Amino acid sequence: MSHRDEHSISSAQDVAQMLKRVAFEIVDRNVDSEKLVLVGILTRGVSLARRLQKIVGETIECELPMGVLDITLYRDDLSTATHHPVVRKTEIPFSLDGATVILVDDVLYTGRTVRAAMDSLIDFGRPQSIQLAVLVDRGCRELPIAADFVGIRVPASPQDRVMVRVEESDGFDKITVMPRDTMSGESN
Amino acid sequence: MRFERKDLLGTRDLSAAEIRYLLESAESFKEISERPLKKVPALRGKTVINLFFEPSTRTRTSFEIAAKRLSADAVNMSASTSSVVKGESLIDTVDNIQAMAPDIIVVRHKFVGAAHMIAERVGASVVNAGDGANEHPTQALLDLLTMSEHKTLGPDLTVAIIGDIAHSRVARSNIWALTALGITVRVCAPPTMLPRGLDEIPGVVVCKRVEEALAGVDVVMMLRIQLERQDRLLFPSIRDYARVFGLNRQRLDLAAPDAIVMHPGPMNRGVEITSEVADSDRAVILNQVTNGVALRMAVLFLLGGQGHE
Repeated sequence: MSHRDEHSISSAQDVAQMLKRVAFEIVDRNVDSEKLVLVGILTRGVSLARRLQKIVGETIECELPMGVLDITLYRDDLSTATHHPVVRKTEIPFSLDGATVILVDDVLYTGRTVRAAMDSLIDFGRPQSIQLAVLVDRGCRELPIAADFVGIRVPASPQDRVMVRVEESDGFDKITVMPRDTMSGESN
Repeated sequence: MRFERKDLLGTRDLSAAEIRYLLESAESFKEISERPLKKVPALRGKTVINLFFEPSTRTRTSFEIAAKRLSADAVNMSASTSSVVKGESLIDTVDNIQAMAPDIIVVRHKFVGAAHMIAERVGASVVNAGDGANEHPTQALLDLLTMSEHKTLGPDLTVAIIGDIAHSRVARSNIWALTALGITVRVCAPPTMLPRGLDEIPGVVVCKRVEEALAGVDVVMMLRIQLERQDRLLFPSIRDYARVFGLNRQRLDLAAPDAIVMHPGPMNRGVEITSEVADSDRAVILNQVTNGVALRMAVLFLLGGQGHE
């Protein structure tokens, strides 16, 4: 992949700092929640949710339950997509009834993924509330959706590609912005 | 890896990569059937027609449940209630169904190649749910999915298929799929139920005695004896068959200590399998049924979500 024109926003150290702040904000806002759970959206949202789980666990000395969500079957573009993304396993090993769910993803862009994720969560039960935590909010929403906790806001145009790489799947933590024509085939 | 086929007609022409992709996808669909709300919107607005020209309860129900858990509209048509009894030809029936714009047609027919013919004629995706004694691909794939819960699918695995191989589309689809993954297949049947040329397929070993077929195998797959064919005298008597080819506790002890027992159903208890074995903890027969729904969900999803122009 070409790294030409790739503009790095944040290093590994910055990412760690952002997650730490987001974790504190989550704890701060939900001190009174009786049933706080984390749900990561596959793939990178899961890695980030695991890290938040660790930081929150160290802070409040209690491990929050964590679930994994694959939103493929809830996508709104299934009938127009030229091929199917691989369906991966959703694992929500606890009841969502009455829970405060922190939904975690890497990048908030159009809002369609979050819409699909909320529909999916609601099929699992009736959460007390759903809050959204993202590492990057890049703007350009197509649905009326906003994040509750944001690591960093990166105003980008639809022509830009904002990419989050995490150690778990990519070997290192990095947030980058690059013009769409230099990117590889991957998409968000 | 993508699954780009319009239809699923058999396992014979599937590559190992395609088989593994289907199994991997099916793995993700299992969880949906364990939810309190067993439904996802993936095939909302799609129409699945179950076109069964042969009686079937389990397979048709399994496809219907799979379609409904994906939010597709499933419509069942069986030969006894259709215009077939009024003398309509298969082609006319199919043309009429196509005119109602279904997205997927699941078809079972007593003639070999019926699903292939329909697939060529219609724009909808076609899933072969059994064509004569030829193929029943989703059964073989669900069998593999069930095996994969207990065993590693690869060259170290040996599977024995025992029973009426000649008339079994389940056996055929399994033989193609298993050998594609490099799995060794031992087959054993009365000579009247053994098709010629089986031992020419790489990976297939024909065993004369059932004890030989069972020795040390990892998976025992018993086939249903079609009692309705007994008028053709393929074996002397049901009792003789049970004595020589039936799976009982003593015979199962010849297999590997952790061998699993499979049966595509419906079982003739006391004929090809004793109740003791069928109800033992080695039997994964009901897991096969459970996995059938997940596997068929994966197949319907992969075929149905995409436009095939």
